[in-house]
Amino acid sequence: MAEVVSTRYPARWRRPPMFLKSKAMRWLVYGGLLIYVVAAVATIDVNWARAYEGLERGWRFLQGFLVPDFSTRWRDIAQGLEESLTMTVTSTIAGILVSIPIGMGGARNLAPAPVYYACRSIIATSRAFQEIIIAILLVAMFGFGPFAGFLTLTFATIGFIAKLLADAIEEIDEWQVEAIRATGASWLQLVNYAVQPQVMPRLIGLSLYRFDINFRESAVIGIVGAGGIGATLNTSIDRYEYDSAGAVLILIIVIVMLAEFGSSLIRKRVQ
Amino acid sequence: MPVSHSLDGNNTWRKLTPRRELIQWIGWLMLVAFFVFCWQIMTKDTIWAFIYDAPRQGGDILSRAFPPRLFYLSELIAPLWDTLNMATLGTLAGTLLAVPIAFLAARNTTPSLLVLRPIALFLIVASRSINSLIWALLLVSILGPGLLAGIIAIALRSIGFVGKLLYETIEEIDQTQVEAVSSTGASRMQVIDYAIVPQVLPSFLGITVFRWDINIRESAILGLVGAGGLGLKLQSSLNMLAWPQVTTIFIMILATVVLSEWISAAVRKVIV
Repeated sequence: MAEVVSTRYPARWRRPPMFLKSKAMRWLVYGGLLIYVVAAVATIDVNWARAYEGLERGWRFLQGFLVPDFSTRWRDIAQGLEESLTMTVTSTIAGILVSIPIGMGGARNLAPAPVYYACRSIIATSRAFQEIIIAILLVAMFGFGPFAGFLTLTFATIGFIAKLLADAIEEIDEWQVEAIRATGASWLQLVNYAVQPQVMPRLIGLSLYRFDINFRESAVIGIVGAGGIGATLNTSIDRYEYDSAGAVLILIIVIVMLAEFGSSLIRKRVQ
Repeated sequence: MPVSHSLDGNNTWRKLTPRRELIQWIGWLMLVAFFVFCWQIMTKDTIWAFIYDAPRQGGDILSRAFPPRLFYLSELIAPLWDTLNMATLGTLAGTLLAVPIAFLAARNTTPSLLVLRPIALFLIVASRSINSLIWALLLVSILGPGLLAGIIAIALRSIGFVGKLLYETIEEIDQTQVEAVSSTGASRMQVIDYAIVPQVLPSFLGITVFRWDINIRESAILGLVGAGGLGLKLQSSLNMLAWPQVTTIFIMILATVVLSEWISAAVRKVIV
């Protein structure tokens, strides 16, 4: 008599894991993460009494944010905003002007090897350090005020724009370069007629984006003395004037939103 | 085609018509004028003597800063551990908060387009516009100095970043999979679980690791306003004008940043 051979299929479907296919590996990774989190949390000593006291202050800040006080410190706020905005404009323009030659030098298809490495190392230095660290050094050298902030933001802009510009130039369509070169164009003409039209939309988009970032950063570097709205914010928080601080924060958020909206409009038109 | 005619009858090709050329020149002129205007306002209180003196000052600082005090490295191990924890725990907390906000903000998953979506979008913008250093400044003033303020600051800033990128990913998913799952009679939550989550999970992990890497950079300096970690040591060394120690801290921060960037790039390569 033939026996009926039945294969058992699972009655319920279970979703297969997306990552870490082996069970042992999953346990290892999740277990390791858990142990790390426990160890990390254990080393934080929180002064709960102090934090509890802070709740009342946190509540006052929330109130200050909802009912901001623009008028009491308006002179300081206006001066901070003026410094921040002018700093943003000048440093973005100056940074882009310096970035263009460095970006061209950092593109392998335009520049010879020594220039390429020199430009790429400038870019790497500028990207390695945060704005705030550069600001500390420049404030120590140039003294307090927006001039140090201007230099900081210019330096940071170089790393950002030059890197992305160099990458954009390296990705251009070589046929157009070939076509212009075939007419006997010089290097400058080559850049002007074959490279520039291809990367210009991207450069404009990046510049607007960087303008945005520079304004946000200008609010930060004031904390270490580089001028701008950050200095105003720092003072008002130090004085526990949370309603003025709330006003400054709201202004920052509104300006960033406006800048983002405006730059997305322009970028849509350019691209 | 823009062509210029010369007196001897030769026609030459030009890139722009005279009209457009004029418009461009006026545009550039206005930009330069605007730059000069902003420059004047910005530098009206600048003391130029300090600026001219800067190269000498810089040279002076540089001569004090080298050689770095490498013995100081042993004192930096504990702050480094704090910095790493601040970044990691902050990223975890921020991501946990960002996920529901992203689902509320995405056009195709939000329960109410008119009320909850704008609120979620505002939370994302507010978190993104304010740098973690400012959050830390605020939280240190509220909660007192320490790691907790730093962790919350990092988390608050991460919400906007993770939230924005995640909701954009959710809006770009393949809608046919959603239809397939919902045609089986799945509930709203089941659709999210079986049709949306598997599609966005890889980029979600990528975004999180990317933010973690940025957070390491930021948590290294949060101590400047009292939130613990390497920045606290930096602040005290700067206050004592101990430039060799400052150099050592810079080296430490640079090494950490480079390492975390490398780890994050490697992990993202595996996932995505």
